[in-house]
Parts: sequence; C-alpha cells; structure tokens
Amino acid sequence: MDKERIDRIIDKYQAEPSYLIQVLLDIQAENHWLPKDALARVGERLKVPMTWIQHIATFYKAFSLVPKGRNKVHVCMGTACHVRGATRVLDTIQDLTGIKAGETDLDLKFSLQTVNCLGCCALGPVVEINGKTHGKMAPGKAADVLKNYE
Amino acid sequence: MPRINSYAELEAFRKQLQSQRDPNRICITLCSGSACHATGSGDVAKSIEAELKTQGLSGAVDFRRTGCHGFCEKGPIIVIHPEEICYFQIEPKDVPEIVSQTIKEKKVVERLLYTDPQTGEKIVHESEIPFYKYQERIVFGSNGSIDPKSIEDYLVIGGYSALAKALSSLKAEEVLVEIKKANLRGRGGGGFPAGRKWEGSRDAPENPKYVIVNADEGDPGAYMDRSLLEGNPHCVLEGLTLGAYAIGANEGYIYVRQEYPLAVENVHIAIRMSEELGLLGKNILGSGFDFTVKVHQGAGAFVCGESTALMTALEGRVGEPRPKYVRSNIKGLWGKPSVLNNVETWANVPLIINRGADWFTGIGTEKSKGTKIFSVVGKITNTGLVEVPMGMPLKDIIYKIGGGIPGGKKFKAVQTGGPSGGCIPESLLDLPVGFDELTQAGSMMGSGGMIVMDEDTCLVDVARYFIEFLTDESCGKCVPCREGLRQMLKILTRITTGEGQEGDLELLEDLAETAKEASLCALGTSAPNPFLSTVRYFRDEYVAHIRDKRCPALSCKKLIAFHIDPEKCSACGMCLRKCPVEAIDGGKKKIHIIDQQKCTQCGTCFEVCPERFAAVRKISGAPVPPPIPEEKRTITRKSKEI
Repeated sequence: MDKERIDRIIDKYQAEPSYLIQVLLDIQAENHWLPKDALARVGERLKVPMTWIQHIATFYKAFSLVPKGRNKVHVCMGTACHVRGATRVLDTIQDLTGIKAGETDLDLKFSLQTVNCLGCCALGPVVEINGKTHGKMAPGKAADVLKNYE
Repeated sequence: MPRINSYAELEAFRKQLQSQRDPNRICITLCSGSACHATGSGDVAKSIEAELKTQGLSGAVDFRRTGCHGFCEKGPIIVIHPEEICYFQIEPKDVPEIVSQTIKEKKVVERLLYTDPQTGEKIVHESEIPFYKYQERIVFGSNGSIDPKSIEDYLVIGGYSALAKALSSLKAEEVLVEIKKANLRGRGGGGFPAGRKWEGSRDAPENPKYVIVNADEGDPGAYMDRSLLEGNPHCVLEGLTLGAYAIGANEGYIYVRQEYPLAVENVHIAIRMSEELGLLGKNILGSGFDFTVKVHQGAGAFVCGESTALMTALEGRVGEPRPKYVRSNIKGLWGKPSVLNNVETWANVPLIINRGADWFTGIGTEKSKGTKIFSVVGKITNTGLVEVPMGMPLKDIIYKIGGGIPGGKKFKAVQTGGPSGGCIPESLLDLPVGFDELTQAGSMMGSGGMIVMDEDTCLVDVARYFIEFLTDESCGKCVPCREGLRQMLKILTRITTGEGQEGDLELLEDLAETAKEASLCALGTSAPNPFLSTVRYFRDEYVAHIRDKRCPALSCKKLIAFHIDPEKCSACGMCLRKCPVEAIDGGKKKIHIIDQQKCTQCGTCFEVCPERFAAVRKISGAPVPPPIPEEKRTITRKSKEI
C-alpha cells in the first residue's frame, strides 16, 4: 500500500490519535490487511508508539496482520445458526478447504473465518462468501457452493 | 434544503411536505434491511424500477425502499399503499405480475399473499397477519413506511416534533423529569433507569458532558438495534439530541459496529441531512442550543458493548473495561460525565416527550414500562423482529407471534439476554417478559435476543457454545474472567465429548461462583449465566452426558453414531452419493452400511434419507449394532415376499 493512500486516510481524520482505530479500519477496508510499513506510517503521523498500534491491531477482530485469500468465507456462528447446525457446516468446510477458521491457504484461494452474527437469522445456517449470502446451508451443500469459487 | 431557524418554520416546512404527499397515491414499499438484502431485495428493487418504466408508470407510482419490516422469515416483503396489500418472498420474476395486476388492474395476486398455516386462509393486509397482529409497534412501526435516507419522510410522520417541543417550550430539567417519570429503563442489558443515569450526569460538576449511542450490538442472534438504526436513524438522533439537551451536553457519539455497513451509511446520511436543515449543529431551531454528533466505528470486540470499554474504544484505545468506582455518567469518556444508552432506549425518548410519560407508563408492567423489541430466532416458524408490550407472556411471543416450533418438533427452551443470559424451560413459559421477571428466572432481558430451541438442541452444548464465545471475547484484563471461563470451557468441552467426570458439575459451579463474584465488568460477572441456568433447569442432561456418555438431544457429535436400519433401507443411494467422506458402502438393491471408522457424524445421510424410508437413525449411549452379514444385504422385492 503506497504512502500517499495511507496519508490520505490519515488526513481525513486530521492525524488525530483518538481516531487511530478509524484510520486502521479504513486501511483494512482498502487493503484487506495491515502491512507493517502502513502501521509504521500511521505511528509516525499520529505520533503513537508501535506497541500501542500492535495492541489495537491484535485486539480487535476486524484487523488482519497477514494477507487474505481471494475468497473470504465467513461462517456465521451466531446462536440461531448454531442451534440449526452451523458447527457441522464449519467442520465440513474446514475439511474441504484444508484450513481451520482464522487461516488462509498457501495458494491464497480461501480465507476462512467464523463470525458471530450476520443478522439474517431466518436463513440460518448462513455462510457468506465475498459478501454474497448463502442461506440454509447444510454439510452436503458446502462442496457445491465452494466449487464456484476459484 | 433551506435551514430551519425556528419551531414555526419547522412546522410550516412539515405542512408543506405533507401537502405534497397524496395519501391516495400508489406507493410500493420494499423492505431493504440487511436480512431482506441477503434474500435478494436488491435485485427485486431493480426489477421494480425497470418494470414501472416498461409499463409506463414511472411518474404515477412512488417506489420507496424502507428499513426492516421485521418479518424476516418471509422476506423480501412488498407492501402496496394505500390499500396495504402485502406480498411475501418476492423474487424478480414476480414483479411484472405485481405491476400489471395489482398496480394497474387493482387485483390481488393470490399466490404471493401470506397463508395462515393454521386455517390455510390467504391474508391481504399486514395488520391481519398473526405475526403483526399481536405486536405493539410504537418504536419499530415507522420502519416499514419511511425511506431511512430521506429526512422528509421522517418529518412527514411527525419527526423532530419532540425536539421542537422541548427546545421551544420545555426547560432541560423538564425533559429529564419526563424521562424519569416515564421510568424508561435501558434496553441494552442491565435495565438501569435512563432518567437516573441522565440526572447523575446533569448534576456532575465537570464539563463538557457527552451523550453516546451504544450501537455495538454484539449478541449473536440479535439484530434489532441494527434494524432500527438502518431503518429509522433519525428517531435515534432525535432522542440523542433530546438527551443532550436534558443533561447539557453539546457533543454526542454514535458507536456502531463496522459489521453493520448499511447502518453506518444511513446514520452518516441522517447526520448530514439534519445538519443541513439545522436540526443538528449550532443554534438548533433558533434555540441557542448547539449539538454535534460524530460516528465512531467499532472494530469488532464484544466487550466494547460494555459501557466503560466502549468509552475507552472511543478514545482510540483497546476496549478494555475500567473499574466502576465512579460511574461513567460521572466520569466517563475522557474522564467527563457521559450518558451511554443503547439504540432502542434513545429511540423511545422522542415518543415519551411527544406523548408524555403517562402514556408511556400506561404500557407494560409495574416495573417495566413501554415496549421491547425482541429478535425471535432459532427453531421458530416466524423468524423476525417483534415489538411487544412489556408483560406479554413468553408463550404468546413464541406461539402466537412466532408461530411455534417448525417441523412438528417439541419446544425445549428459550434463551434470552444474549451470551450473558440464560435458558428458560417450558415450565416457565407463562412468565411475563420484564426486566425483573427474567432476572428472577436466572436469565435476563439483555438487548432482546430470544433464541428458541427444540428437542434436538443439546443444552449442555448451548452452554459450552456461549462460554466458548465469551472466552474468546474476554478482553483478558481480569483473572476470574480470563482464566475462569477458560477452565469452564475446558470442562464443558470435556463433557460434550464424552470425557466428563464425576465432580465436574461441582467444579463448574465453583468456577461460576468465582467469576460472578470477582470479575471486573459485566461480561465476566454474567458470563456463567448460560451454564448456571442450564444446570438449574436441565441438570439431568448434564448427568446423562457425564455418567452415561449419552446426549439426550442426539446432538453432540462425539456422543452419537449414525446407523442405517437394514429393515428400512431401500438402497435408494441418496446417502451413498451425498456422504462427503465416502463412509457409506452400498449399491443397487444392496442394503447400505455406514463405516463407523470413516464416519465424521456430519449428519448428511440423516438429512438426505427420504422421509418415506427414514432409515438413518442416531444412536447415543448405546452400542451401534454390528453391520449385517454380506449375504443378507441383497434386497429382494418386498412385494414378492408377502
């Protein structure tokens, strides 16, 4: 991520240290992960120490310190999905992709993540891939859905 | 838009807007909340716009994309005004028929109407559908009729009249007195009286003071705050402004989860529009009162729903709670007096100022006034958001509004209050919903999540699920929560995987007691609730797991096995084809057998086995019968045998 784009985001918040989380969120949204040099630039401009930035980047779920795969698979583990069998769906997806929740495969094809509630409980269990919602999932349907993503 | 400088100008502007709206003009409203969006309301919207154009109706018919209507089970939902004809589960292919039949010919399209599952009758109007009929939608009601991106829509239905009333004719303390009299209690969890919280801040000597909206709705399975903020952001803003006026604050914050992009977008638009009209900013309505609002996005941490953690996050730091020796309404954000209420609480404020505390206290029970929005989800026929007066029995919410349990299954428990709440068994279903009633039953109101569970849900697993969630979300600052929960999770996981030991329950109870007594914030002190309430009402299930290594709900993977009944198997091959791990052996006219070594208990065979055979069954706590000998596996035509 180039310096100019980072600076533009920082300028949006007047380099105000209390907006650190917002700055990191914007970088995450544009770049999909937080590279080290981006964090260094934020620290320099906002005048906050790196330890502080690291503390935040590792505390909040929205941030990733490693690159993400081309396809972001979010398995909803909200309560409504859980009682409708989300765990079995997750197990099957883990088996099919060979990665565990929170991981990205070496080909950068899939990033698998569990999320707490996508708020479409009527469709549960729900799996969201690249922003598209796949409702009423079942272990038997997982392979059919995943094979559409390259 | 012109800036509005006085109460009279606002009313004149409102009258002008209202006169421009013809109540008899046809208006199609389409639910565009997040849940309906997931079921394809975006595509439906495109086809409505295109179809109106092709049929030459673009100028003659209004089309409005509204917030969530609540009946998410049946989304996307279309309501056609002024007749209020209601269509459900609309797909783009249904649109041409709706436009040509209902809009042009004034005929109802029968097949798209709601069918009452009990009577089989078709219902045309929203208000006659049981799901809506028993609700009292005073807060949530406008969601379905206004475009959240339009401040005009909000003004037409009387928006900002409470603010105008307060600024023009009420003193700040009079607003406070009204909220106190209404006994409005916080809708976000604890149920603390909002008026008392406000008063503390108002009386605190320090300045500046802050008002904050908690829209960090983190409870899994609850999404009412999101729907309100998405569908009617102005009512929250108006409430917040009233609160600021009452306590003497000039700055406000909305803390909203970044996982709610539509809510973030709509709130930003609402703030911009209010500023343009002069309903936010300097010298609001010429009263001399200044108030600005900033939006802060949460980066994903459940603990940030806790008041002090939220304020720490607002300061740009890690969202860890602070000890509350001094409450945050005295020393909160930046160490200044800060009133934090959740979305629904703020949304109630304009209603109370407009209609008066007496009206508000006329709804609800003795100690819980007004209505509450619940998100009724899980094993329930009508998933959705429902707003009911406090005091309605749980049974009515689940059966009359929610339509009961689908698939002929038996009700087992309802979980309220999110991860910190508890499970309520069938014997307590007559319990009226209210803050104190639910707490007495070992659960809590929380923000209003209501997860219905049927006989197939294992309550031990549910407790484990919540403790796992909370262990993951614990910020790690205090030991009882960080370590206590981790140990509880270890033991519960052991129990659900068949490795429970005698004494585990007692140990769990000990740990629960400690976490409850000694944790720093509400996350830790209420974290043991899911365990405590399930062990209180469903102790025998725990015992079955520990002693008999049996899961009575046939749900815990490590404690169940799948078996094909040779008497029932007709060798249709469904399970054989669908099994993801090729654990099933079979063939044409050959009784199928599951290889227990290969089976991962995913349950696919159980789900795909045709109902007329129902040959796959779950076994728990008993040995799996040995596979039948090879020579007996060939199926001879049953009709010939007879």
